[in-house]
Amino acid sequence: MALITCSDASFAYEGRVVLEGLNLEVVRGEYLCVVGENGSGKSTLIKGLLGLVQPVSGTVRYGDGLRRSQIGYLPQRAQLQSDFPASVWEVVTSGVRGASPFLTGSMRRVAEENMRLLGVEDIRRRSFMELSGGQQQRALLARALCATRSMLLLDEPVAGLDPLVTREMYDVIAMLNRKRGLTVVMISHDIAAALEYADRILHLSHDGVFLGTPQAYRRSALGAAFAGGAERA
Amino acid sequence: MLEFFRVMFGYQFMVRALAVGALVSLCAALLGVSLVLKRYSMIGDGLSHVGFGALAVATALGFAPMAVAIPVVVVTAFLLLRLSSRGRLKGDAAVAMISTGALALGVIVLSLSSGMTSDVNNYLFGSVLAMSEGDVRLSVILAAVVLSLFVLFYRKIFSVTFDETFARAIGEKAEAYNMLLALLTALTIVLGMRVMGAMLISSLIIFPALTAMRVFRSFRSVTLCAACVSLAGYLVGLCASFQLDTPAGASVVMVDILLFALFALVGRLRGRRA
Repeated sequence: MALITCSDASFAYEGRVVLEGLNLEVVRGEYLCVVGENGSGKSTLIKGLLGLVQPVSGTVRYGDGLRRSQIGYLPQRAQLQSDFPASVWEVVTSGVRGASPFLTGSMRRVAEENMRLLGVEDIRRRSFMELSGGQQQRALLARALCATRSMLLLDEPVAGLDPLVTREMYDVIAMLNRKRGLTVVMISHDIAAALEYADRILHLSHDGVFLGTPQAYRRSALGAAFAGGAERA
Repeated sequence: MLEFFRVMFGYQFMVRALAVGALVSLCAALLGVSLVLKRYSMIGDGLSHVGFGALAVATALGFAPMAVAIPVVVVTAFLLLRLSSRGRLKGDAAVAMISTGALALGVIVLSLSSGMTSDVNNYLFGSVLAMSEGDVRLSVILAAVVLSLFVLFYRKIFSVTFDETFARAIGEKAEAYNMLLALLTALTIVLGMRVMGAMLISSLIIFPALTAMRVFRSFRSVTLCAACVSLAGYLVGLCASFQLDTPAGASVVMVDILLFALFALVGRLRGRRA
């Protein structure tokens, strides 16, 4: 059974249906990239997968041991306030779940382990807002990992990063996917990287939906039109 | 110096003003950090005006002022929260509408019932004479409730303040924590309104948080610093008002402004060195 199953699911944004009749199964261990023009419903799909908005018709179901609140979510950095006083430690530990009102020893260990994995343990006392874009993304990724054991949902993780840091970020995500077995669903504008890293591509557009392997995507009409420029570049 | 404090606290009303004010300052500062960061500062301001209206009506009708004001302000707090999250009316405009409306109602009721301008003055700008023995007891209990709920839910409050979408994604009931925040804010404002005045009480919420953020860079240090700044500002302001014979609420705000300027300067100098 798939981790998430969308059956004929339609989602609305501000009362307007932006995504219609989507059938999608996210299976354990895969790396799925979601691409498409602005306004094609990518962000709405994220909210739908997280269970923050309900489909107006059809269903979204969780399975294979995954519960709705166990998805590690990485929001777009631009959504966060740029002047928020918070240390890296505070940001990362806010992803650790637990009923206790205070951080227990085991909750601390979860945070520390994920900070080590993402290489942010040395900057734990630093102010989050004073970090570079790449360091901020690593801290947010560590927070997301604290909240999940199986699935990451990443919303444009490389937006605003320079090329070198972008490459590092992709390598970290690929490592988490291959070595840690985490399922990755990534919204991206970077079609070239999507074709390079992903197992499957989901292309949302006003004219229809493509879902399949990168090879099949290149051959499709939608893919040829959309990825053509990136391929030549 | 010692003599000054002996004279000042020789007056029962000053002891009451000190006790209630210190507790309220502490609560307001803690909540203020979240409210300012969530861009909810105006809600505090709006609530205090509604509190004024409720107090005026209660006094005119002969009800216990707190017993009327607390539920009215709590309900308004939830209403304002809904309005700003729904986005039907623009949040800040909705707050302004409700607060000026309540202010107007309060002024009319007061002028019809007593006609005494000093009453209006006391409500609007506060008075250290306003606290009764019962007010003090109520304040201590409510402050204890606010402080313990804040400590208990500190982690969740941070999480929801920093990134509400993420918090909701991992199953936190963000809506409930926003309501909790609104409830605690409403209680704090009603408590502080008598001493600080309806027009000035929101300064206790806004100033300490902004002051602490000039210098500190983590949520915990900002919260702790805001609490200290708020207490210090209140104590110094109260003493100054006693010595200089100025209104207590306004004096506290003036001290808060000075503290803000001082911290802004320190933050500047630090920034330049780094």
